Amino acid sequence: MSPTILITIISLSLLALISAVILYFVAQKFKVHEDPRIDEIQAVLPAANCGGCGFAGCRNFAEALVNADTFEGLNCPVGGAEVMDMAAKILGKEAPVVDPLVAVLLCNGTPEYRPRTSKYDGASDCRISHNLYIGETDCSYGCLGNDDCVRACSFDAMYMDTATELPVIIDDKCVACGACMKACPRNLIELRKKAKKDRKIYVACSNCDKGGPARKACKLACIACNKCFKVCEFGAIVIENNLAYIDAKKCTFCRKCVTECPTNSIIELNFPPRKPKVEVQTETVNG
Amino acid sequence: MLKTFPLGGIHPPENKLTANMVIGYLPIPENVTIPVSQHIGAPATTIVNKGDYVKTGQVIASIKGFVSSNIHSSVSGKVNKIDTIIDTTGYKQEAVFIDVEGDEWIETIDRSSEIVTEIKLSSEKIIKRCLESGIVGLGGATFPSHVKLTVPAGKKIDLLIINGVECEPYLTSDHRLMLERGEEILIGVAILMKALKVDSAKVGIENNKPDAIDHLTKLATGFKGITIHALKVKYPQGAEKQLIKALINREVPSGHLPLDVGAVVHNVGTAYAVYEAVQKNKPLFERVVTITGKSLALPGNFFVRTGTPIRKLIEAAGGMPDDTGKIVNGGPMMGKAINNIDIPVVKGTSGIILFPHNESERSEINPCIRCAKCISACALNLEPFLLMTLSEKGLFERAEKERITDCMECGSCSYTCPADRPLLDYIRLGKSTVIKMARERNMK
Repeated sequence: MSPTILITIISLSLLALISAVILYFVAQKFKVHEDPRIDEIQAVLPAANCGGCGFAGCRNFAEALVNADTFEGLNCPVGGAEVMDMAAKILGKEAPVVDPLVAVLLCNGTPEYRPRTSKYDGASDCRISHNLYIGETDCSYGCLGNDDCVRACSFDAMYMDTATELPVIIDDKCVACGACMKACPRNLIELRKKAKKDRKIYVACSNCDKGGPARKACKLACIACNKCFKVCEFGAIVIENNLAYIDAKKCTFCRKCVTECPTNSIIELNFPPRKPKVEVQTETVNG
Repeated sequence: MLKTFPLGGIHPPENKLTANMVIGYLPIPENVTIPVSQHIGAPATTIVNKGDYVKTGQVIASIKGFVSSNIHSSVSGKVNKIDTIIDTTGYKQEAVFIDVEGDEWIETIDRSSEIVTEIKLSSEKIIKRCLESGIVGLGGATFPSHVKLTVPAGKKIDLLIINGVECEPYLTSDHRLMLERGEEILIGVAILMKALKVDSAKVGIENNKPDAIDHLTKLATGFKGITIHALKVKYPQGAEKQLIKALINREVPSGHLPLDVGAVVHNVGTAYAVYEAVQKNKPLFERVVTITGKSLALPGNFFVRTGTPIRKLIEAAGGMPDDTGKIVNGGPMMGKAINNIDIPVVKGTSGIILFPHNESERSEINPCIRCAKCISACALNLEPFLLMTLSEKGLFERAEKERITDCMECGSCSYTCPADRPLLDYIRLGKSTVIKMARERNMK
């Protein structure tokens, strides 16, 4: 072996050894202590980084969970109770029971019932058409139909129905992260408590106008006639700003208000068909 | 070589169909609806009640705060109700509904046709009269004129610029007014000069109106300090900053007002309204509106009382043609399409254009090819393609740094884009969001 090769091997090995020693002490000196549980919890979380918990991403949420005294107010809507229980186990805490939620659209203005009075051909963006004017119909509260919410959904839980020109929420896929709610410039999406078999009863209207103008713009508009309020035995219905609202926590799904509503603005979903003795006046529109 | 502004600009087809139509008077309708907010700033406060009898020229809503304006009744009759109407955007706004009975004017208005040349009022009184008479900028922005005439302490104005450019295609209301009320306009200019305490005024008129330039140049010999300047035709020369640059080669810096370079710009229509208010004591309740469109039977220019439904104007122009695809309130570049023809004419309505179907539809949106035509067209040295993308993606902080709030929404970028991208749509969204963000930041 020539001395050149020998010298090279020895000098490089020495250099590597010295560097390793320096690196070791530097690493000891500047060590960042991180709770190992953060990694553990992050591994459990869904890694969707959707922001539904109110934090920037899953890692931020994991940090918040580790640092929090209780789980009060902290919830991963995507993972639900299952994931929260796993996280609680790692931290040795109790996860409070949080009702799972699901998004619903508070507008049912299909072209059939809410006639189009103008045609919008600007950029397809609800924020723009909302800033610009009332929209293609005469209802200044209703859905604009330019699919901002669908684009905001990162779980493929929404699509635009071309017939109704309204977005449709797929209950099985919706994780109630609230991205669509934030995207809607008219605040038409509400996160409601999920019920058994995905049953839903809600007022699918957001029109705060008085009865006359509201009904003129849309045949399915809530006219705040108070009929549902009177028929409800559980005090689940409040009427405010010319608009009825059903509290999902108090509602017992008796469906009395649905039959009572003269404008069919209260809709029921995923119920078995009614017995024929009650005359069903109109079909509910799936939305 | 005629002057113009150097940066950007476009040359849309002029289509000044009504340039030779003498201004007519639109008959007073049976009912008018007068919105209480016809200007930039706080809406006026209604001071009449249901059932009251009002005369033409009477104040029905009074000024609220400094940046606001009085609203006068444009007809005489009974107040039917005070309710909300649907305005140009389709959203609701408060308005006074009046059932017309005859046409009885308030006694103080001088209704004779005699031209009053002598200016008796002092500078302060002129500004006060403008405030009382509800004078706002009639070029389209409807900014209250008394605010523009009140020079803040520490600022020095040395020149008044009068905007007779009318760079929007189709519109001819200012052009006709200059031809038919030239002398009144020049007296109005002299009044504005007195109010601002300046001794020179420059009137800028684009070269596509040679008759108006000749007419005013002849008349201006009788007025001290007023000069008429022909300008090369280029859109958007009617914008304040561009007009100042074209006429006197001063550049208003980003985020500043014309005041900061010693100039104040008023429209010829405003000068005429000021003449009427100061010399004839007639408040602003009537303006010239161009009603035009290629398929219209009788397009024309009309003196219209505010509150008259646009429907009446279309009827006077021969009715709505069958092929109408879009009705635009204002000029074709900056105007807004309306979805209802029962909305009233207001102080800012300079024209109504009816476009046939084949001209009203927007083309399919294609991807940006980075040709930079929008940058060349922008008169404010912005990058419209970038601003659009930033707004679309919600990157508003970056958009603010790229001076999105400088945009005057002239539409040159969208007009010139070969890919038909909705540049201005998104820039408007970004601009309004950035303004909102800045306001919230200032509140903190």
